[in-house]
Amino acid sequence: MTRLLKGMLLATTMFAPAGAVLAQDASLTIESWRNDDLSIWQEKLIPAFEAKNPGIKVTFAPMAPTEYNSAVNAKLEAGTAGDLITCRPFDLSLAMFQKGQLAPLNDLDGIKNFSDTAKSAWTTDDGKTTFCVPMASVIHGFIYNKKAFEELKVEVPKTEDEFFALLDKIKADGTYIPMAMGTKDQWEAATMGYYNIGPNDWKGEEGRKALIAGTQKLTDADWVEPYKTLAKWKPYLGDGFEAQTYPDSQNLFTLGRAAIYPAGSWEIAPFKAQADFEMGAFPPPVKKAGDTCYISDHNDIGIGLNAKGKNPEAAKKFLAWVASPEFATLYANSLPGFFSLNSTAVKMEDPLAQEFVSWRQNCKPTIRPSAAIVGRGQPNLDLEMWRVSANVINGTQTPEQAAEETQKGLDSWYKPAK
Amino acid sequence: MSEADNPSDLAPIKRPFRWHILVFLAPAFLVYTAIMILPLIETLRLSLYNLVDGQTVFVGLTNFITLFSDPRLSASFWNALGNNLIFFVIHMLVQNPVGIALAAMLSVSKLRFATFYRTAIFVPTLLSFVIVGFIWKLILSPIWGIAPGMMDWVGLKWAFAPWLGKSESALITVSLISVWQYVGIPMMLIYAALLNIPDEVLEAAECDGITGWSQFWKIKLPLILPSIGIISILTFVGNFNAFDLIYTVQGALAGPDGSTDILGTLLYRTFFGFQNQMGDRSMGATIATVMFLIILAGVSLYLFVIQRRMRRYQF
Amino acid sequence: MATARTSYLRTGLIHLALISYTLIALFPVFLTLVNSFKTRNAIFREPMAIPTPSTFSLVGYETVLKQGDFIGYFQNSLIVTVVSIALVLLFGAMAAFALSEYRFRGNLLMGLYLALGIMIPIRLGTVAILQGVVAAGLVNTLTALVLVYTAQGLPLAIFILSEFMRTVSDDLKNAGRIDGLSEYAIFFRLVLPLVRPAMATVAVFTMIPIWNDLWFPLILAPGEATKTVTLGAQMFIGQFVTNWNAVLSALSLAILPVLVLYVIFSRQLIRGITSGAVK
Repeated sequence: MTRLLKGMLLATTMFAPAGAVLAQDASLTIESWRNDDLSIWQEKLIPAFEAKNPGIKVTFAPMAPTEYNSAVNAKLEAGTAGDLITCRPFDLSLAMFQKGQLAPLNDLDGIKNFSDTAKSAWTTDDGKTTFCVPMASVIHGFIYNKKAFEELKVEVPKTEDEFFALLDKIKADGTYIPMAMGTKDQWEAATMGYYNIGPNDWKGEEGRKALIAGTQKLTDADWVEPYKTLAKWKPYLGDGFEAQTYPDSQNLFTLGRAAIYPAGSWEIAPFKAQADFEMGAFPPPVKKAGDTCYISDHNDIGIGLNAKGKNPEAAKKFLAWVASPEFATLYANSLPGFFSLNSTAVKMEDPLAQEFVSWRQNCKPTIRPSAAIVGRGQPNLDLEMWRVSANVINGTQTPEQAAEETQKGLDSWYKPAK
Repeated sequence: MSEADNPSDLAPIKRPFRWHILVFLAPAFLVYTAIMILPLIETLRLSLYNLVDGQTVFVGLTNFITLFSDPRLSASFWNALGNNLIFFVIHMLVQNPVGIALAAMLSVSKLRFATFYRTAIFVPTLLSFVIVGFIWKLILSPIWGIAPGMMDWVGLKWAFAPWLGKSESALITVSLISVWQYVGIPMMLIYAALLNIPDEVLEAAECDGITGWSQFWKIKLPLILPSIGIISILTFVGNFNAFDLIYTVQGALAGPDGSTDILGTLLYRTFFGFQNQMGDRSMGATIATVMFLIILAGVSLYLFVIQRRMRRYQF
Repeated sequence: MATARTSYLRTGLIHLALISYTLIALFPVFLTLVNSFKTRNAIFREPMAIPTPSTFSLVGYETVLKQGDFIGYFQNSLIVTVVSIALVLLFGAMAAFALSEYRFRGNLLMGLYLALGIMIPIRLGTVAILQGVVAAGLVNTLTALVLVYTAQGLPLAIFILSEFMRTVSDDLKNAGRIDGLSEYAIFFRLVLPLVRPAMATVAVFTMIPIWNDLWFPLILAPGEATKTVTLGAQMFIGQFVTNWNAVLSALSLAILPVLVLYVIFSRQLIRGITSGAVK
């Protein structure tokens, strides 16, 4: 069939290929979903690499994030993908590795610069093979408008009671919308809601691993509790939050109309560029004073080697450089909020980024519960959690119903190892 | 039936092979077959296969049975099909009548500014989905407030709601945005058909005293019925293949809570995957095949039943 | 007198209706244009307002022109769109003529076969298409895009054109045959001019999805030299931050060429009628 296809294609070709760009000896293309970082790669990262490695030319070729997974898969299958593939964490990249599209990187220079935790998002289940160089993780928390807090004479909350008392106070004052979040795009409800505050209830890694082992269920009190808290957020969100999109929330906060923003650390750089007030951050409040705090510190982005790439040697050189402390420092400072996973400590200039990273000292980090292992079946647990978290905040579903639905979906395909 | 016989058909002597038919058909046939049909067959074939332990295995109709028996998959499928029907009905009830009415008004003879109106009304159809999605979200946004502000002027502020964010109203809202965008297409087709009606026919009607409204209903409408047939079937096909607008306005999850999910978005999520959900080629191909059969049934109904019964007039 | 008055009234009402609808159609477009000339803050603070000296900003257009070769992108989009339309119209009209004019065995089946393509989104064939394009050495060429769009546009074109060709008078064609015209001459000289309005319609329908398509340029020709406008504009839509100034500017610019093409084609509508004197 392919031959027939090929023949017919050739037969119907009317004019010679125009403007085909042929690869030079060592030109590398990076496939990425990070349109946001185009200028950082072009102006900082790539020049730094090329200066040290003459003869290798690197092109950063990002595309709209929503198209990335499907587009890169199609290109990998047909053999037209770039030499370097930006890796989504966990199962998506694992699937690429299992199909033989990503090369194993165990022997790569510099891969030992990463701890097992850092590599966990891009390592096979048996822990033996790593297939992407970890680049960065993101931390969840709340960003607040310092000016608003000073005007209202309020303090950063430590416990959940303080948190809601604070929201009440902002609401009563009326100058600011207490919290900028919408449910229209759904992912914020889960990512900045459920995954953000939940680890305090399910005790981070402990709960996450118990879920994978099957000793805990999503219908257990620890997993329902965060939905109950989320349901209480509703009165503190802006008018018509059901139709509020993610950019709407960002703009509400950076234009100074909202006091608190449930955040991921990736917001730091864009917020700095857009807000004309000082910002601070606090970790998700704990239930009672003195409780251990847990934060979501999620491996988010890595970079791997296209197993069928044209210039594997040059590409490996590039990956080794990505694994180096030099890259870690450059990257973490160009993109504050994307924290390096390199074992070498990275000095960061940005105070807000430092604030986020300082929580690692007192709080126990964990990754998003739907990311590894329980996230690889149908229905997809992550997307299910998006949907029900939005429903819970909208008030169209009770926390118990939400938990039950996600657990039912999980039960339909996941059998924990006994 | 108006397909009058060609003289060549009636030729008494034995007819030579009519090469010109082949010449007329060949280019379209070849390009279309090579670039569209073969790749699509390649894909639809996957609906009969599935991945078992990393190997693609022939599984017969198992995927179809799964689609209709698995409680979740079948629920999403029926939900999408139901929403798609509503989507289609809204287009038929709003888009096509409005399109016909606009075309009828535009074709009134010696109407001034007709070209301007026609161009202006068609502009939304030319827009990219990215713009349509962005601008309507902005207009309907409860925060930035174009719609709430305007409704306030006319004292209707109370009637405003975050329509795109409520399950009850989201589907209707998106359908109406789509109508807004596409009304130019029925307008253009009907307009072309109305212009095709020869003046002699209309003059004869006027001599018989049939003018204005009754001329439209009694003379023009019957003459443009084939075109109305075409726009209906095109709307049907377009709506059951629709995807982009919902995708840009409501996202791939077609929220809230799947209330705007139509077959196109369901297919996209299943086939290509979304975010952390991996694409499932086999199940995607299965859904695509079912969609194809639904559309094929509609088109066949049109081609074999409606189109054959329709009276066509030659000018 | 009375009829004159009702006729005025009627025309007035028609204008009123058309003006109202024109406003509905153009208002969002107007908003897009207006906002493309404003600062980000102004877009969101007062989306309705006309740019004032303090909110006026060309930052979007500047970003667009700085980032990549936008003129080149426009050229690519235009080449791909125009060549594809031409091929779709030519091949489509020929096939439609064969289907509507001649009786031959398998006519109806062939018609159905050629219509299948409007029933499945061609996107699903992506992997096989890409493999074919790789095999033919056409990756990162505009040719690949033209081929795909021609194939994609044909089914609809044939479907619409054959319907319109059925309305062309047989007497006329038969008169041509008696005068000794070949079938090709009948098609090109008699039938094509008569279906010009339909051809213009098809051209417009074909053009829109091609101009606005993001997917195939992304997959088949993402290279800098072959990038299309729509693909270029996507550069500004990020994971967490979307540069709305740039997106609005890029896409506002991208409306112009299609608008011009549309005006050209819709003129054909009128000319098709006046040249109908042949009848």
